[in-house]
Amino acid sequence: MTADADTATTDATTVTAPASTTPAAASPAARIRPKTGRDDKIMAAFIAVIGLYLIVSLALPLYAVLSKSVSAFYFDLGNFEFQVDRGAGWSAPVTARQLNDELRALSPEELRTSGDGRLAVTVFFPDFNFRAPTRYRIRQVQPEAAFLAGTRRVADTDWHTFDSNQFRRVVLRASKSTGLDNYRAYFSTPALFRSLKNSLTIAVISTVLTVALAFGFAYALTRSAMRFKGLFRIIAMAPILVPSLLPGIALVYLFGNQGMLKSFLLGESIYGPIGIVIGSVFFTFPHAMIIITTALSLSDARLYEAAVSLRASRWKTFWTVTIPGARYGLVSAAFVVFNLVITDFGLPKVIGGQYNMLAVDIYKQVIGQQNFEMGAVVSVVLLIPALLAFTIDRVVQKKQVAQLSSRSVPYAPQPHRRFDALCLLYCVLVTVFIAGLIGVCQYAALIKFWPYDLSLSFNNYNFDVMDGGGWDSWKNSIRLALYTAAAGTAVIFCGAYMVEKTQRFVATRAAFQFLAMLPMAIPGMVLGLAYIFFFNNPANPLHGLYGSMAILVICTVTHFYTVSHLTAVTALKQMDREFESVAASLKQPFHKVFSRVTVPVCLPSVLDISIYLFVNAMTTVSGVIFLYSPDTALASIAVLNMDDAGDIAPAAAMGMMIFYSNIGARLIHLLLTRKVMRNTQAWRTRRGEAVR
Amino acid sequence: MKPTVSTTASKAVAAALAAGLLMFSAAGRAVDLTVYTAVEAEDLKRYADTFNEDHPDINIKWVRDSTGIVTAKLLAEKNNPQADIIWGLAGTSLLLMKAEGMMEPYRPKGLENLDPKFYDSDPVPSWVGMDAWVAAICYNTVEGAKHNLEAPDSWRDLLKPMYRGHVIMPNPNSSGTGFLDVSSWLQIFGEKGGWTYMDGLHRNIARYTHSGSKPCKLAAAGEIPIGISFAFRGARSKEAGAPIEIIIPSEGIGWEMEASAIIAGTDKLEAAKTLMDWSISRKAMEMYNTAYAVVGYRGIAKPVKHFPPETVSAMIDNDFEFAANNRKRILTEWQRRYDSKSEPKN
Repeated sequence: MTADADTATTDATTVTAPASTTPAAASPAARIRPKTGRDDKIMAAFIAVIGLYLIVSLALPLYAVLSKSVSAFYFDLGNFEFQVDRGAGWSAPVTARQLNDELRALSPEELRTSGDGRLAVTVFFPDFNFRAPTRYRIRQVQPEAAFLAGTRRVADTDWHTFDSNQFRRVVLRASKSTGLDNYRAYFSTPALFRSLKNSLTIAVISTVLTVALAFGFAYALTRSAMRFKGLFRIIAMAPILVPSLLPGIALVYLFGNQGMLKSFLLGESIYGPIGIVIGSVFFTFPHAMIIITTALSLSDARLYEAAVSLRASRWKTFWTVTIPGARYGLVSAAFVVFNLVITDFGLPKVIGGQYNMLAVDIYKQVIGQQNFEMGAVVSVVLLIPALLAFTIDRVVQKKQVAQLSSRSVPYAPQPHRRFDALCLLYCVLVTVFIAGLIGVCQYAALIKFWPYDLSLSFNNYNFDVMDGGGWDSWKNSIRLALYTAAAGTAVIFCGAYMVEKTQRFVATRAAFQFLAMLPMAIPGMVLGLAYIFFFNNPANPLHGLYGSMAILVICTVTHFYTVSHLTAVTALKQMDREFESVAASLKQPFHKVFSRVTVPVCLPSVLDISIYLFVNAMTTVSGVIFLYSPDTALASIAVLNMDDAGDIAPAAAMGMMIFYSNIGARLIHLLLTRKVMRNTQAWRTRRGEAVR
Repeated sequence: MKPTVSTTASKAVAAALAAGLLMFSAAGRAVDLTVYTAVEAEDLKRYADTFNEDHPDINIKWVRDSTGIVTAKLLAEKNNPQADIIWGLAGTSLLLMKAEGMMEPYRPKGLENLDPKFYDSDPVPSWVGMDAWVAAICYNTVEGAKHNLEAPDSWRDLLKPMYRGHVIMPNPNSSGTGFLDVSSWLQIFGEKGGWTYMDGLHRNIARYTHSGSKPCKLAAAGEIPIGISFAFRGARSKEAGAPIEIIIPSEGIGWEMEASAIIAGTDKLEAAKTLMDWSISRKAMEMYNTAYAVVGYRGIAKPVKHFPPETVSAMIDNDFEFAANNRKRILTEWQRRYDSKSEPKN
């Protein structure tokens, strides 16, 4: 949990400006068009392969969601014909549509339905009586829909005869069409529509709170001379290592009806907006903190000196120097927090109570009601605020100009007793909140039977007799995290290298950049649902991946692609293009430069990317909730499922297992980074001044 | 490091050996049967082991999840089924799949031993039941006393103002148990009476959970004193030492069966039929009876610990067809009435 370990998230959002300028324009040398050599061809092939990966793992599944959301269902009355025998032989066949036109029994509105829609045929016969001796016949004109006789499905086009008591059990099934009916249904269902409002409200409140709190924390870290900064930083980073739903579990133990601190809520319920907001602040805090700390530490001491010599008050300096200097960081932090909160699924599921949120609605539609079309519609709705926030952030970041010039002097805070003490107090409060919630989870995991038997035991770690997949799910999570870290780092770093170091194919590379930025705006839940629609289609040649570990790896890599991509691009930008030019003039193939120079130089960043992917693969819930199979149950999903089944203490125990695994991974990462620094990065410090 | 000729050759030999082994095991009589189920995780191994005592040549590959997820999975795989057979999934879910034409009808041996309520009424049934799980109220005696609550005797008792904020039940939009409760109230009290009842109950509900077992677990943990859940879950919690009573409301209780069905299109039809036959055998039913008080086989059910004796007689004549055909309408109406309430109550 060192500073450099965190650059993965830092860079994601603060270093976007250079990444979005097209590399071709970056250096005038690129305008001299070299001949397309063998290297270029290989690199083009590489770009094509990784671009194809992004298209298959991102663009096509998203398209599948869109098309699912517009696949509507309606009762095709023209397709069903009836004959009636009231004792005088069969009447002439008449379609349900003709009957409905006469009777006006059903409005066009009532003919729209969902995939599970059923329509009792008796509505077309106002004189229907199940005791009457009347007989009825029904058939389909085209074998496109079906009807049910009782529970039996009839899909042929033959006439089927029923007596009146049987006929009342006949229901029509819906036909498929394309259109915006699902959206119409969505926006006319107040309960669903309200979720959108709820999601936005919670996201805005949490964003304001988190950014404010994190700003205070970052301010104390960068502008005060208080002690224990390193410790505060480490503790503040902890929420990144646990699934987002873990704070929800801790809050139940603290403020639930049997909670330790229930009275603190003054009779309010923790299940609902209060719980979601507190939990959201907890799990998004480190993200905001890193970004804002980075923004604040990039300040120029000369501005502060100028402020002092102009006799500006501390207050005025704060508003005229500090805040403007950090504004891009603040915007970025706000965007990241907003997106994390609005797309999060685990927390509102655990602690949301009756307060519906979009991400939970997707789950309810798909798992609770098996209404995939409506699930897709909610996904698209959820995509809108996420994409909007993403676009705004992009636009704002484009305006950013370098604040640090070569003449900048880093700001060094001077001791100031009262201010430092205040900062210390503030940081203690924040870290107590964070460490407290995690501590409560660990405590809950060790209690035998809360609140009746408070003796300690390891019973709750006996995962194998509970829902969620047992200890295997933890092993699966470790496997997933390792595969994701390995495969993801390789794919993402190579992709970034091709984009950054190729001289040709400007348009292709721009398209690639766009695809690489897109995952950041796609909620994991939507991605997961998209994967079901796309990969579970029997016509898809990649269908074999469905249910395998591979699809989990692909989903996770794609879900966390953007941040890793930006980290890699940033690291690569530090390296002069001269390396490639020199290699070319020495007739060395690019892969030699890549493996002998680029990778070793960028090794710290490569390690950062892999730890970032590892930790996120351990904690992710939303992306994989629809995709895991019994053989690939995951620890994070187990936390969710155990909580769902009411096994809250074991859920906390599994959550803590994830936490400790991530700490272990971080420690290994730290040792590796140290070693790598010593072995490959010695050049950075040899002469007192680093490269650039 | 480039592979040398010798490593390449040894890899080829290894691959050939592995392929040979695979073929050898395929030539043996063992059949892998992919079985989708929602049976409790802790029971799976026991079920498979008992089955393998009689049929060691059929290897069960479990695919287990909660009812909602297994149902969603099966429906999502409708056009390309991955399962060979379902063993232990809610009857309502099987009706949904039957309506999609996903079942291979089969009349298993010994069907005549079952209560007709427990199998599809078609001449060749599409599904057969195993056991029933019944709705029940889990009542925490310790917390009840703390809040001065009387133990409820009936569904109507739950409407009393003293229970305000002390009752929890599953949301029918996310839980099969929740839908079972709602559809049974509509049958017990009639369509109009049912909704009136739920209007009143809604005032007392602390919140709706996403799973059917959570209300009872929460009652067991004292979080909410009264959980509307199912008896099986209550019995397990009581066995684990929770201070709860399992109450069977006097108006009668809704119930749902666990049932089995062969998936149309399976290429392991014979093995699937063998499992279907076995799944309703006396031995299997006695196996279910260790945890479930009500089983499909007539006259063999023994009382199960912690299940109130009136359980069987209180089961209503549940109309599954009504529930399946009106599911969408009921859920929409429920959502309109109760789910749009955004403020949680306590």
